[in-house]
Amino acid sequence: MNIFKVLPVAPEQASERAFGYDLIFWTITILAVVFTILVFALVLALAVRYRRGSSADRRYPVYHSNGIEAVLTLVPLVLGLGIFAWSSADFVKFRQRPKESMEIFVIGKQWMWHLQHMNGIRENNELHIPVDTPITMTMISQDVIHAMYIPAFRVQYHVVPGRYTEMSFTATKPGRYKMLCAMHCGTQHSEMVGFVYVMSKSDYARWIEGGGNRYEPRAATMVAAGEQVWNRKACGNCHAGMDTVRGPTLNGIFNAQRRLTDGSTAKAAPDYLRESILLPWLRLTKGYETTMPAYKGQLTEEEVLQLIEYIKSNSNTSTSGSPQPYSAPGARTLPTPTHPENATNRANRYGSAGVTQSEEGAMNAR
Amino acid sequence: MSAILERTAAPDPQVKKNYLNADHTLASWLLTTDHKRIAVLYLIGVTVMFFLGSLAAAFVRFELTSPRGQILTHETYNKMFTAHGVIMIFFFLIPAVPAVLGNFLIPMMIGARDLAFPRLNLASWYVWTISAVIVLTGLIMGGVDTGWTFYTPLSSLYSNTQVSLVLVGLFLSGFSSIMTGVNFIATIHKMRAPGMTWFKLPLYVWSHYATSVIIILGTPVVAITLFLVVLERTFRIGIFSPELGGDPVLFQHLFWFYSHPAVYIMVLPAMGVISEVITCFSRRQIFGYRFVAMSSMAIAAIGFLVWGHHMYVSSQSVLQGLIFSLLSFLVAVPSAIKVFNWSLTMWRGSVQFSTPMIYALAFIGLFVIGGLTGLYLAAIDTDVHLTGTYFIVAHFHYVMVGGAILAFLGGIHFWWPKMFGKMYNEFWGRLSAMVIFLGFNFTFFPQFILGYLGMPRRYHVYYFAPEWQFYHVASSLGSTILGIGFLMPAFYLTASLLRKDNVAPANPWGAKGLEWENASSPPVTLNFESQPIVTENPYNYDPIEDTNKVRREAGLPEIPREDPDKEVHH
Repeated sequence: MNIFKVLPVAPEQASERAFGYDLIFWTITILAVVFTILVFALVLALAVRYRRGSSADRRYPVYHSNGIEAVLTLVPLVLGLGIFAWSSADFVKFRQRPKESMEIFVIGKQWMWHLQHMNGIRENNELHIPVDTPITMTMISQDVIHAMYIPAFRVQYHVVPGRYTEMSFTATKPGRYKMLCAMHCGTQHSEMVGFVYVMSKSDYARWIEGGGNRYEPRAATMVAAGEQVWNRKACGNCHAGMDTVRGPTLNGIFNAQRRLTDGSTAKAAPDYLRESILLPWLRLTKGYETTMPAYKGQLTEEEVLQLIEYIKSNSNTSTSGSPQPYSAPGARTLPTPTHPENATNRANRYGSAGVTQSEEGAMNAR
Repeated sequence: MSAILERTAAPDPQVKKNYLNADHTLASWLLTTDHKRIAVLYLIGVTVMFFLGSLAAAFVRFELTSPRGQILTHETYNKMFTAHGVIMIFFFLIPAVPAVLGNFLIPMMIGARDLAFPRLNLASWYVWTISAVIVLTGLIMGGVDTGWTFYTPLSSLYSNTQVSLVLVGLFLSGFSSIMTGVNFIATIHKMRAPGMTWFKLPLYVWSHYATSVIIILGTPVVAITLFLVVLERTFRIGIFSPELGGDPVLFQHLFWFYSHPAVYIMVLPAMGVISEVITCFSRRQIFGYRFVAMSSMAIAAIGFLVWGHHMYVSSQSVLQGLIFSLLSFLVAVPSAIKVFNWSLTMWRGSVQFSTPMIYALAFIGLFVIGGLTGLYLAAIDTDVHLTGTYFIVAHFHYVMVGGAILAFLGGIHFWWPKMFGKMYNEFWGRLSAMVIFLGFNFTFFPQFILGYLGMPRRYHVYYFAPEWQFYHVASSLGSTILGIGFLMPAFYLTASLLRKDNVAPANPWGAKGLEWENASSPPVTLNFESQPIVTENPYNYDPIEDTNKVRREAGLPEIPREDPDKEVHH
């Protein structure tokens, strides 16, 4: 019997980041042990040698020594700065979004994790991902602050209400790993626990094909779900294929610089888009008035995420990120306002009856 | 320090008036402006709070012995760890050393009759007591389940517990701290005895000076922050909750701006105690007086710039995180300087293993481990995996319990004869120090491993990870030993007060310092019978004479003195 199975002293290493992390961890541990032994030995040696009544020579006691103090200052300082530099380099790498990554959308709520894949598969407190594939989680909380924590991957990041946070990692070993909430979030905090299933790429493909182990894909993809929200809320009435008096076109705006009424600019990144959907009057695009109603309280965080993915899908990827001509028509045209019946038909074509509002409500009910 | 008033024999407490027997009425205690009596009032208060906080901790440790919990619901468990944190931080650790030992000793160490504002001092005790009653009312009548950190929006909009009442209590308790801080600063500046220059101050006074600066700069910030949470809860004014237009991360910045320096409020006075105890029982001047004094001030200054290391994964920017990480490594250096200077103070000294010294040595051991494990958390990358886990819990208990509480107990044992004029049983004293040291490591070391394995803090159940149980059971067993260790002083110290045959002389340890050399045990109401004048450096001990005294008694040859013509390294 392997003693470390019963009494583990280190968590499994199951991500690209884990080995490098443990290298720093154990280096600091060695330093800490050496210094602890050093201090304990110094204290014991001095205490025993100079115990009251011992014959040790006590002439010429040193009360002050700039030389010794300099060593005591510089040695910890230099070692500390070394660890600082090393760990900072790894942290910067951890916080960088990989160039190509598979997106997972995470919504934290009291007291469960709700995860959605780009293709629409939803999971609660479970996440299936392929091995050796960079994953980026886009996360937001529907209520209080949570923290997405996967110990075997050595990753943790807060899931905050009101703003998107992001965390990237690459799993390297198939298996089942704990996925925990590490920020106290109320009564059932310790039950906000799930598992990440890392699968071989072929297993994952089969899993996807089967529509997931346990969950049927209800809306086809994030983009299709976003389109459904777009149609349900009739966003296209004002945001058409080109700028109108009522609203600017949203084609091609994703990550573009937008000029605002106060003369400043804002990048149409997800956080700005979310704000513009929920509280559009805070930062209005130049040339428009406070026509658009606030959708705060009318859309769930999930629907907002889906809308943003839909808007993103209507942006020309080759030009995203660079400033766009103010009234340039997008590469694709957003659908003109659809009749409610058409919306249903469209959803049906994606192999789903669409997420009806009652289902939606059930998913979001706390 | 030079003694104007030579005292050779112990004063007879039956005849001699002192601050304890000057008046026996209840009113004379409740309306006293004597800093020593107020210190005793605080001692009673913090002791009660310490055992209440420990009781809550006992429930937490008992629950965690099983992966599914034992007897409490999630709700009650959350209230237990919140009660433990709130009581221990705000009503034990923050006031313990300053309000008990600081109140008693600062005027005595600098040769003053009282603090600069005696009535403000009494007011601070009343504010503290009222706030403690309010907070305990909230914790008992309903409880609070947010954790002592009160993160928004959980505390402001989502918790259905007595958050507002408890926060109002904590808001009030802040004023008590501020009053004490202002009083200490004014006293240290204006009331030093003739000849007591800044660099003749005992290091204990220096550490309190640094602490008081932190208190008056930091406490108002946390007080107003907690009050803003109350406003948001009560009137739904949007400050911290995104659904009302606020920013939840703003709360963390404001909270840690105080609560990180608050760690130094708890540990700096403790370090001051250690400087006094180590010098006395090494019979030697402190090694590197100015470095130890200035490292306190450096900790106070840099300590204000590191709060963001609590927030590396909170969504602050990468650059912000790196800057806070760099500053956190800098603040570790002055603490390292102190540890080595204390150790080197024994060098060519005459070391006695009395109870306070054993506490001080245990402090060094635990503080070293607490400090070094801080490196994992200052380093921004290693913190990602460890933050919010038991690693954090273990780390701050090593610093707070291993540091602050061991030093508090060491200080209580050191100055107990001065405060109450009674000697305690030395055997039980040494035994308690060793039991606490062992029980403490047994309790908290397994928690480092738990944290590295990924056990989040504030978890009631862990049935999804049964492999963690071994460490939890070990930790709970250790906490039983630790609890016994903490109960021991409560018994033998109380017993020492009741016995009649253990009257303490004015200076039982042969210690240097105005409070030992110029005042009786217990001191008279106005501390000194005549104004002390200071001519010597602090800690002007003679280790060679101290050791030779023992050797003469044992019939051993004396050790040599230095050549009087040779220059002494000073």
